[in-house]
Amino acid sequence: MADAAGILIVGDVIDGQLGSTSKELLAAGRQIANNLNESVSIALLGSSTETAGTQAIESGADIVYLVNNPALESYHIDFHLAALKSLVDEISPRIILMGRTAEGRELAPRLAFRLGVGLAQDCLEVSIDTSNQTLLANRPVYGGSAVAVVSCEQTPQIAAIRPKAYEPLETDSNRSGETVSFPVELDTSIAKTKVTNVVKEESEGVKLEDARIVIAGGRGLGGPEPFSDLQNLADILGAGVGASRAAVDSGWVPYSYQVGLTGKTITPEIYITVAISGASQHMAGCSGSKVIVAINKDSEANIFKDAKYGVVGDWETILPAFTETVRELTQD
Amino acid sequence: MPLKIGVLAKQVIDPDMPTAAFSIDATAKEVTVPSTIPPVVNGFDENAVEAALQIKDSQEATVTVISSGPSFALDVMKKPLSMGADELVLIQDDGFKNTIDSFFTARLLSSAIEKLGGFDLIICGRQASDWDNAQVPLGVAELLGVACISLGRKVDVTPNSVIVEKIIPDGYEVVEADLPALVTVSNELGQPRYPTLRGIMAATRKKPTIWSASDLDLDAASLEPRLKLHDLFVPERDQICEIIEGDDDADSARLLALKLREAKLI
Ligand SMILES: Cc1cc2nc3c(=O)[nH]c(=O)nc-3n(C[C@H](O)[C@H](O)[C@H](O)COP(=O)(O)OP(=O)(O)OC[C@H]3O[C@@H](n4cnc5c(N)ncnc54)[C@H](O)[C@@H]3O)c2cc1C
Ligand SMILES: Nc1ncnc2c1ncn2[C@@H]1O[C@H](COP(=O)(O)O)[C@@H](O)[C@H]1O
Repeated sequence: MADAAGILIVGDVIDGQLGSTSKELLAAGRQIANNLNESVSIALLGSSTETAGTQAIESGADIVYLVNNPALESYHIDFHLAALKSLVDEISPRIILMGRTAEGRELAPRLAFRLGVGLAQDCLEVSIDTSNQTLLANRPVYGGSAVAVVSCEQTPQIAAIRPKAYEPLETDSNRSGETVSFPVELDTSIAKTKVTNVVKEESEGVKLEDARIVIAGGRGLGGPEPFSDLQNLADILGAGVGASRAAVDSGWVPYSYQVGLTGKTITPEIYITVAISGASQHMAGCSGSKVIVAINKDSEANIFKDAKYGVVGDWETILPAFTETVRELTQD
Repeated sequence: MPLKIGVLAKQVIDPDMPTAAFSIDATAKEVTVPSTIPPVVNGFDENAVEAALQIKDSQEATVTVISSGPSFALDVMKKPLSMGADELVLIQDDGFKNTIDSFFTARLLSSAIEKLGGFDLIICGRQASDWDNAQVPLGVAELLGVACISLGRKVDVTPNSVIVEKIIPDGYEVVEADLPALVTVSNELGQPRYPTLRGIMAATRKKPTIWSASDLDLDAASLEPRLKLHDLFVPERDQICEIIEGDDDADSARLLALKLREAKLI
């Protein structure tokens, strides 16, 4: 691909609307494209993606590829992969940005392998070295204890970006862009896996990812019961409830509560941790919180290195008194 | 015919080591740990061994563990054998220093799998706790052209297929694929079994098969690096924590609530 150019974003469409990850990727892509003086295109796979296409232009895209085929209606790795590969072969992008979403976790590595190129996985920040058009990616490694700066040696250069690492741009309804229909042919016999059932285990109350306030509990809570105390506090504050992996592994709350490297990434205004030590793998999922509050009996716990406010002491006394005061304060 | 199961397992630095022991050699761009902290089998790979052994508990199966790396702590890598795996294949070569290159690792492991005659089912960990890449298994599946199901919390096999409960952000999906297939598993699979005394004795007697890169027919193009490492550093944490101290714990709690109210956070 001698004359590769431009940035391709692999978009996501949720119920006909452009997904928030796409908007974040457009913000990242726009910045790079401006430095390179190249264009940003976005691939929207599925049918009825026109609305999302318009939103993509308003959020920073120059070109929207509506990649369509009936088989792309709902997500299937083999179809999405084949469709993306066709588009990439056709337009030869210099750079591909993908989101490290549930789907992107599979799609990005497999696309990279299928193209025979490298992938900068799980990036928090990308920039461009304009002297050689190299994409430099910052990515946490060792559970977030270290950061590596890597680049891809082949073209296209691909980066999978962690959701919420970028803020979407202000939408601008005056932006103009081009929409290109890109029908693909897909052989439906390529599907190697089949989903036979989907079971939802939603946490109760406010959705963790969208909550302005999140309260999370760890191993130090000692059992499942205290999570109902956390839920009480959360109900007063309109907050979501999360947990450390240790609490999930103990079976106190389902996996959908887990915050961290292998759980959810959240960026609330305020994150209140109760009896969580603050291991790097936990912080990987919440370090984007504006303010972290720690309640822990060990003054040496790592969590105090990331917290803005802390109380050193036993949660069994602290939590009821805290909840009571919060109730009084928020009543008037 | 017994079911042939392959497990891919990596030796990693112990992720539970004290934070103070973790440091970086800036010139070599490598993480270093004191020699008093032994490496471990990647946690999720122990889950992979457990998943394989659960299948072996219920039907005739052989479990072969495969690992690649620049060097191995043999007693560490023998743990899957002492848990009950049948065979250990180590691909050891000084040229593998570039452990960050998943493409290279996947190339190597898939060649080893082919040399071993292939497997009905390959089980991997969801990610290695060094670079947290979560991509080698997807690469191996791509290179071998087999079905791939990631993030399993339960793995069952029928004579021709594998049925996996795959974790999704708010629950799980049941996903099926025909064999041969590759599956990655997560810690939700449950605590891996402990080695038994008998298992440990049996493992001591077992000799791993050791191959070098030249034992695997790899073409030059697949050995070209895919990634370049420019820098490796410990991120700065500049947060200063204000510790709220009252007369007692309950008082501190009240003061914390007042503080958060004052800062308009609640
Ligand atoms: C590859 C990998 C991925 C991982 N992914 C995740 C992830 O996604 N999310 C995650 O959370 N972890 C993850 N972990 C695990 C992580 O390393 C830690 O083991 C885990 O976060 C610890 O949970 P914890 O803080 O609840 O428990 P501990 O570390 O055991 O901490 C408990 C804390 O409670 C305090 N405490 C105890 N009693 C009281 C009391 N009465 N009052 C007040 N405080 C008290 C203690 O002082 C201690 O600080 C991962 C690990 C690996 C290797
Ligand atoms: N060098 C290796 N040897 C054996 N298995 C590996 C190796 N690297 C990765 N794997 C397997 O691939 C999984 C994901 O690794 P990674 O893609 O490096 O995060 C691990 O949990 C292992 O099952």
